[in-house]
Amino acid sequence: MVERTPILNILTHLILIMGLIMLLVPLWIVFVASTHDFRTVNTVPMPLWPGNQMVANYTLAWQQSGFGPKMLNSFIVAIGVTAGKIAIAAISAYSIVYFNYRFRSLFFWLIFVTLMLPLEVRIVPTYAVAANVLRPYQELLDATGISTILGALAGIKITLPEWSMLNSYTGLILPLIATATGTFLYRQFYLTVPDELAEAAKMDGAGPLRFFWDVLLPLSKTNMAALGTIMFVYSWNQYLWPLLIITDIANYGTAVMQLQRIVPGPLFGEPPRWHIAMAGTLMVMTPPLLVVIFMQRWFVRGLVSTDK
Amino acid sequence: MARIDISKVTKFYGKTQVVHGVDFTIEDGEFVVILGPSGCGKSTLLRMIAGLEEISGGTISIAGEVVNDKEPRARGCAMVFQNYALYPHMSVAENIGYGLKVAGVPSAERLMRVRAVAKTVGLEEFLDRRPGQLSGGQRQRVAMARAMIKEPKVFLFDEPLSNLDAKLRVQMRIEIRKLHQRLKATSVFVTHDQVEAMTLADRLVIMNKGIIEQIGAPKDVYDRPASVFVAGFIGAPGLNLLPATVSSDSHSLTLADGQRLIIEPTRYPSLNPGPVTLGLRAEALNIRQGGAFVPQGGLKATFDFAEELGVGQHIHAEVAGSPLVIHVDGRHPFAFGAGLNIDVSPRDMQLFDSVTGLRITETDVPTSVSAAA
Amino acid sequence: MTGKRVTFSNTWLAALLIAPQLLLVFTFFYWPAGEALYWSFTLEPPFGGENQWVGWQNFKTVFEDPLYWNSVRISVIFALSSTALAMGIALILATFVDRQLPGYQAYRFMYFWPYAVAAPAVGLAFRFIFAPDAGFVSALNQWYPGIWNPARDGFDAVVLITLANAWSMVAYNFIFFLAGLQSIPRSLNEAAAMDGSGVLRRMADIQFPLLAPTFFFLVVINLTDSFVNSFGIVDITTAGGPARATDLMVYKIYSDGFKGKDYSLAAAQSLVLMLLVISLTFIQFRYVERRVHYT
Repeated sequence: MVERTPILNILTHLILIMGLIMLLVPLWIVFVASTHDFRTVNTVPMPLWPGNQMVANYTLAWQQSGFGPKMLNSFIVAIGVTAGKIAIAAISAYSIVYFNYRFRSLFFWLIFVTLMLPLEVRIVPTYAVAANVLRPYQELLDATGISTILGALAGIKITLPEWSMLNSYTGLILPLIATATGTFLYRQFYLTVPDELAEAAKMDGAGPLRFFWDVLLPLSKTNMAALGTIMFVYSWNQYLWPLLIITDIANYGTAVMQLQRIVPGPLFGEPPRWHIAMAGTLMVMTPPLLVVIFMQRWFVRGLVSTDK
Repeated sequence: MARIDISKVTKFYGKTQVVHGVDFTIEDGEFVVILGPSGCGKSTLLRMIAGLEEISGGTISIAGEVVNDKEPRARGCAMVFQNYALYPHMSVAENIGYGLKVAGVPSAERLMRVRAVAKTVGLEEFLDRRPGQLSGGQRQRVAMARAMIKEPKVFLFDEPLSNLDAKLRVQMRIEIRKLHQRLKATSVFVTHDQVEAMTLADRLVIMNKGIIEQIGAPKDVYDRPASVFVAGFIGAPGLNLLPATVSSDSHSLTLADGQRLIIEPTRYPSLNPGPVTLGLRAEALNIRQGGAFVPQGGLKATFDFAEELGVGQHIHAEVAGSPLVIHVDGRHPFAFGAGLNIDVSPRDMQLFDSVTGLRITETDVPTSVSAAA
Repeated sequence: MTGKRVTFSNTWLAALLIAPQLLLVFTFFYWPAGEALYWSFTLEPPFGGENQWVGWQNFKTVFEDPLYWNSVRISVIFALSSTALAMGIALILATFVDRQLPGYQAYRFMYFWPYAVAAPAVGLAFRFIFAPDAGFVSALNQWYPGIWNPARDGFDAVVLITLANAWSMVAYNFIFFLAGLQSIPRSLNEAAAMDGSGVLRRMADIQFPLLAPTFFFLVVINLTDSFVNSFGIVDITTAGGPARATDLMVYKIYSDGFKGKDYSLAAAQSLVLMLLVISLTFIQFRYVERRVHYT
């Protein structure tokens, strides 16, 4: 379109640059602060250009917080949750879309409605369940009278073993795997796959599992990348849940949890070692940031098409 | 031997019945085209043969064996889909060979057979491409090759040409016909395009609203449509249909505007006085140039416009309030509203019951072609 | 729900495929939600034993507590202002990026970044940037001593967490606004230009009205998010203080439940928050249905 608006164009760039400043300056300040020594970082106003203490600060932050094992834990959790979410979304949606049974709509809604039950609103009881995962089933057995009947008939008292997920990878991963968003995204994807593809596969002699593995999964690669990106960011950034269930921080602490322990200042009666804190912050935020930067295309597609 | 017997087959979706007791047999090696408008149940019937739809009632046998409860893979059929249904993430070679892979054919043999089939459909150079990189005609060929490689007893075609442009469609039609001549496999082809149906079929099955209207060789169906529906559906243009009344002595017809036409009452043993539908082929009509109008052996019509065909013209006219199309070989520069004198031979007049729409059979024509439901 | 024309009939396989998710959802969502409901109507006797039914008593305790209403008030202020801020900035940026002037891809690329930053990391970064005695904003205090101190002044603390929350939500809103703008047919813009409408005029007359569905959708998402997902920011930045000035509902549930060990009180508060989320989601569903007509 031929449209000459030189003044407006300049204004546009000015606004966009201001946006850039607003959104990126906090990140820049974190970076700058992480490269100065204790004294410089606490001068007012602080410098806006990086200093030369970067290596020292990062080394110290890394060692003090034991970021080695914590980053590793974060990776294990993020990858476990992401892979679990993708797998479980792909198969549940497959069951709902490609099989015909009476309860499939009900099941879909049961999964979808969990959107209304974020962790924060059921935090206390979820913690209680994680402390003994089989308790709901034990109580179900007792409440329905099954255990009484079995007890009377066979003389066995059914007692499910206690299984605590506190202080374990299972506890960090499993409760986060159920995914309404992922199931919805995969369902939408399956609905766009032409019916004829399944028919052709049937004519080619492929059964349901074969069709899923040979045709649907490879076709959903885009979907998988999109879902994978947002889920990696989501799971890496988990804070409240690990904070609750992990008390054995040395073995199971995650990188994001560690942020709580590097807050400097009067709270802990320490000198405000902001340079170290900012170095830690930057390290913690880097992996998901890199994922977003490299997977931008997928990430945007995943976000927009899920409608959350 | 892969004869297909379809016996009293019905199909319900919930409470809606879409196929109402269909009965016919497809002989071994025969090329049968099922023709009908969309929603007539033709695709459903084909998919029941393939095993993609449950059969609600009746039986389908392939090669003498009832297949109602058999899975598609056990029926020995191959299918070409309307939108080809190629696996987008697999190369042409993988697409063609997928059925063999599922069946556990070793990869060396698979490759050999894929190459051989690709050669017969002219795809050797495209084996490594993805379907997205092929033209419509090439995709069509991949779909064909995928069906052929299984050496099926039966080929099923579900409107495979409808996504191609007109020229390619004609070409693929010829290729399919040639292929059939070479492979001699039993083939069932579903389409809503009557030209495609006429040119491909050994035998036509015309369906409407879930029932079979007529089964027969294309020429027989064209010459002697069994019902008003078939008459209107087959041929381009379809049969001209005019409401008329049979006189009390059964010797003549009166059109809505009072024009009379002589009929030969001896040809129609079951003809009763009263309303009928008169059918006239556009090609059977003749515009009389000059000379006198023959009352009761012809019609007076009003010229509307001429449609150029290249080989001749379709003259669109109006008679007794109904449209009438006449095929002429030459060019006729009539003015709008001009009067036309049209010769009609009693031999070319086809009569249909005005209530049931069924053909009123003639004595001088074998009746075996009509097999109305 | 639309299904497929072709379905597989192996019901056992279907059950097997959906069972894992159903088990997870039951164990970690429905059971705890049910338990929250149960706890909120019962009380644990001080000397142990079965929970006792107390009816609405827990809710009464909660609703009669001025601290609770303080927390509700702050949460509402926090949610409304950070939603307005985040959406306003995102809308402006998206509309101007959508002009697609040279270099717009670079802006688009970098505007996404904050999405990746964990809430507690945002909290810590903002805590430093807005610290009264170090960092960036402290310069204000040199000129006007004591004007800014989120560690002492409740209002400053609310401003701080609101800014941090808004900053972290801009990227998400930006993505949706931009996607919404890009789904507006080009021809509409061109038709308006042919009608003599300039750039800014077109934004107001064509683009904003057509963005209405995206806008409503985002309002609900942002509000829900601010009510529910703000724990990370508050915990690190202000820890609810000073003097409960930033004691958001989520944070209060956490401190009553895990620090105060009062499960019943925490459960009753959870239930209120749950109802809030559910009603917001319902509004969104209604809107999602309506959106069909827009597009």
